[in-house]
Amino acid sequence: MSEQTQRNQYWQANLKIMAVCLSVWFIASFGLGILFAGPLNGIQLFGFPLGFWFAQQGSIYTFLILIFYYAWRMNRLDREFDVHEE
Amino acid sequence: MELQTLTFIVVGFTFVIYIGIAVWSRAKSTGDFYVAGKGVHPVANGMATAADWMSAASFISMAGLIAFLGYDGSVYLMGWTGGYVLLALLLAPYLRKYGKFTVPSFIGDRYYSSAARIVAVICLIFISFTYVAGQMRGVGIVFSRFLEVDILTGLIIGMGIVFFYAVLGGMKGITYTQVAQYCVLIFAYTVPAIFISIQLTGHVLPQTGLGGQVTGESVYLLDKLNTVIQDLGFGEYTDGSKSMIDMFAITLALMVGTAGLPHVIVRFFTVPKVSDARKSAGWALLFIALLYTTAPAVGAMARLNLIDTIQPGAVATAPNLAYDERPDWFRTWEDTGLLSFEDKNGDGRIQYYNDTNPEFTPIAESRGWNGNELDVDRDIMVLANPEIANLPDWVIALVAAGGVAAALSTAAGLLLVISAAVSHDLVKSVIAPNISDKAELMVGRLAAAVAILIAGYLGYNPPGFVAQVVAFAFGLAAASLFPAIIMGIFSKRINREGAIAGMLTGLIFTFGYIIYFKGVFIQPLAENTPENWLFGISPEGIGVVGMLINFGVAFIVSRLTSAPPEHIQELIEDIRVPRGAGHAHSH
Repeated sequence: MSEQTQRNQYWQANLKIMAVCLSVWFIASFGLGILFAGPLNGIQLFGFPLGFWFAQQGSIYTFLILIFYYAWRMNRLDREFDVHEE
Repeated sequence: MELQTLTFIVVGFTFVIYIGIAVWSRAKSTGDFYVAGKGVHPVANGMATAADWMSAASFISMAGLIAFLGYDGSVYLMGWTGGYVLLALLLAPYLRKYGKFTVPSFIGDRYYSSAARIVAVICLIFISFTYVAGQMRGVGIVFSRFLEVDILTGLIIGMGIVFFYAVLGGMKGITYTQVAQYCVLIFAYTVPAIFISIQLTGHVLPQTGLGGQVTGESVYLLDKLNTVIQDLGFGEYTDGSKSMIDMFAITLALMVGTAGLPHVIVRFFTVPKVSDARKSAGWALLFIALLYTTAPAVGAMARLNLIDTIQPGAVATAPNLAYDERPDWFRTWEDTGLLSFEDKNGDGRIQYYNDTNPEFTPIAESRGWNGNELDVDRDIMVLANPEIANLPDWVIALVAAGGVAAALSTAAGLLLVISAAVSHDLVKSVIAPNISDKAELMVGRLAAAVAILIAGYLGYNPPGFVAQVVAFAFGLAAASLFPAIIMGIFSKRINREGAIAGMLTGLIFTFGYIIYFKGVFIQPLAENTPENWLFGISPEGIGVVGMLINFGVAFIVSRLTSAPPEHIQELIEDIRVPRGAGHAHSH
């Protein structure tokens, strides 16, 4: 495998991981926190209406997990494709 | 000891720490000055980013904003945190790999054009100055409120401190000072919040206290708040009044704007490796989330506390609080003018309700209420919190130190990107390319000093638009810098012509729309109401449309003109892989 095709495959793999993470990012905030907040508010999580919880708490926790997941996943990918830093 | 003496000691002590750090970490080269020699540990960088990011507005105003907006306030919570996902995934690692000092230098190199670089410098300076003016104002207000010196004196002390460590220490000094400032501000924010949460709900964590039951009653805090504010004619706390498209647009504009703010982006240039840049965004968000998940709890609890004070029993059955029996904290904050009472119906008691709700007017009249009598500044929700909860004086002093830390850390970060843009992107790259490293460092320090003076002036004589700067800074960052950087990384086809045309149209459209409704230098041309807005999107959220226009124009113009040259294609290939980041910064 030439270095060029290897790099292209690395980039494609990266884009795929990125797309998955961004979908989760979108669903947790814009989806559950805004678009479906109305219906979700009918569900109670302890003292929180669920849509309200996603908008003021849940989305932030999701963002946090996403970034650390991406950092971890990309470190693995860097090694798989041998493009990691020395 | 008197509260004021204690406050002086606590704030003075933090200043000694900041100056000590600045002397210890002073910059010796332009690399130190611009990006702290690229040797900052990702966790330390995360803390510094958090302090850099969380301004006087986050510390003082945000919880109060949420307290009065309820669910609608979520746009700030999601908007100002979600941007870090974009930073970590789309920007930080690639810009770190590219390995230079400033945002305009990336745009200038990627689009092989001094014109693009200069457009980026103009965007950067405009964004950063509007933002910094608000910070200096915040410094002045905190000083005058807690230390009872006048705003000008407060401002001069603040400018002096920032001058000392930003000019001397550059990015290196700022970074380590910000780490200390973060510790001060997060401690000052969470301690009163924890106490209030325990008092109100028995939960140690405010984050769970928000969903907990009120102590001694078997009712959830949010349910109680919903009931009591609806009884006073306000809308339900956990439900919004903004239209869905506007919620959507504002949240997205704040997220994208966050990811496009130069003083945030540049923080990721300071870490040693590409993998550190990804991780560091996570640490930054973790440190930010500590405050941002506490803020909604502070907001809701403070609102409930306020109403409970004024309405000791159920609404309209038990009598309201008599003005003569008001608590001490009420008197203290009346003196500052942030809280004021006007006895409109002459009964000597305080009525607080929503008198702008026409459906509620007959109910209020039947109770003998003659208009809302209590005027509450939303900033009070954080500032008066420790007093409302009867916390010891040292906690109040700490809140003052926290407010100053939040304002100073953000101001310093902004001043640094301004000075770097001037000395590196204008002087070194365009005006005098042969300047030595030492002379460039000198120019950088000089630019920082001038920027501080201008910021101080703007803080003292705020041009009418300081209140609207948030919409401006985020909207412009979203519509100009963010798309140019993203396209520079993810497309090999976008060329010089496309990027410049995109940035300019995005910038002019957003600028024009905000001026049209908010009227910054001129009278607003139309009333700022939902009926007049384009697609129902408010000026706060219009940066999203500006961003889409930027992408669209850049794409079309690039199609019609020739592709970027070979060496640019190679540059893009190179920044997409992490390996070799250590060698990338040859100048």
